[in-house]
Amino acid sequence: MPKIKIPHKTPHVDMTPMVDLFSLLLTFFMLTATMKPSEPAPVDTPFSISEKPTPDKNIMTITIAKDNRVFFNVDNGPDTILHFRPKILEEMGKRYNIVFTPQELRYFEKNSVPFGVNIKEFKAYLAAKENEKAKFEKGIPIDSTDNQMALWILFARQVNPSVQTLIKGDNDVDYPLVKKVLDILQDKNVNRFSLITSLQKVEVVEEAKK
Amino acid sequence: MAEIIQEDKHKGGKKRPKKHSTAIDMTPMVDLMCLLITFFMLTTAFAKPKVMEIALPEKIKKNEKVEPPKIAESRTLNIIMGPNDRVFWYPGKADPAALVPLKETNFSATGIRQVLLDRNRALFKKIEAFKSDVVAGKINIRQDSLQSAIRQLKKADDTGPIVLIKFYKTAKYKNFVDIIDEMSIVGIAIYIVTDIDWIEQNMVERALGIPLTSSAPSTAKK
Repeated sequence: MPKIKIPHKTPHVDMTPMVDLFSLLLTFFMLTATMKPSEPAPVDTPFSISEKPTPDKNIMTITIAKDNRVFFNVDNGPDTILHFRPKILEEMGKRYNIVFTPQELRYFEKNSVPFGVNIKEFKAYLAAKENEKAKFEKGIPIDSTDNQMALWILFARQVNPSVQTLIKGDNDVDYPLVKKVLDILQDKNVNRFSLITSLQKVEVVEEAKK
Repeated sequence: MAEIIQEDKHKGGKKRPKKHSTAIDMTPMVDLMCLLITFFMLTTAFAKPKVMEIALPEKIKKNEKVEPPKIAESRTLNIIMGPNDRVFWYPGKADPAALVPLKETNFSATGIRQVLLDRNRALFKKIEAFKSDVVAGKINIRQDSLQSAIRQLKKADDTGPIVLIKFYKTAKYKNFVDIIDEMSIVGIAIYIVTDIDWIEQNMVERALGIPLTSSAPSTAKK
């Protein structure tokens, strides 16, 4: 059998269009990506079939962590002309006779992370370095003797009446604690809330066609 | 995909200046981009959690006297969340004289969902039929008016159960979300989250086989 000689050719693919497309996609995803905000405590949210996305402005989030600490956060979205966060902190400070400096208020405005800090320690919390903040995160007091959560909710709603309430609870939080938080909200006339969940599709129930 | 630059071989003839190929090996660049794109695509798709809306009945103020709304006993279904994801239920009204044994079920598709579905079949079928009509194009409405149309269907319904959801003190937050989710899966028109009363606490404790903690109505916990 005569040997067939295959001509030696270099496989040459022009990758320019591919690279073009990739860089386009990459830029798009990088710009639209919203980085997950850092959380002081990990929270495993339960599943539901709800497909409604979380609103990204005019929200206050109450986080209930596994170890029964309660956190609070107010977010008015990327639009910061209205300066809700410093106003809320200022009101809160007035109630407890704490005067926050403009620098502190500004720092609080820029760092929109959930906090679980007693208001009396708030100045130290704001001044602390990023890696030392954790020791102040003991959870916001929700006892009836010093119900700071109720005040945060009150001032958040006073400053921004259109704020929506989100509750982000961990799977393993005991119901009585959740009930307590719901009671605080209802005392402040908040009867509609959204619970943050992860999506889990449920297969259509076939038994109905009996 | 690497590219091998072939050198021109010219034998004899004119001498041309050596040609340098302008092609750059783009493979590593493409590799990196692929990786980054995958990363960003995955993070953006999963970053946004969903929310489930819920409205609780308005609290009755202490000095305000409001008659509790009258509801038909035959339509009432009580669901009590127990510890360790256990679900108890009983129909009608609890009788303090004779503690009705609670029926136990769970969160599987044949558990509480089946119980609810048996009672809510008429409404569930109506909603499903309506939805499939919309998907098939028989009814032409927008997505947001679909929701309000379903709400109308729920409002008009008067045969489905009225579900009272209660929580024993060792229930978890997960149960709270799960049971409300179950309501929306089955399409229950009316459901209320209320406090557990002492009779029901006793019923749960009996079902669990632990000593009763509350007995007399005078010491009944709210």
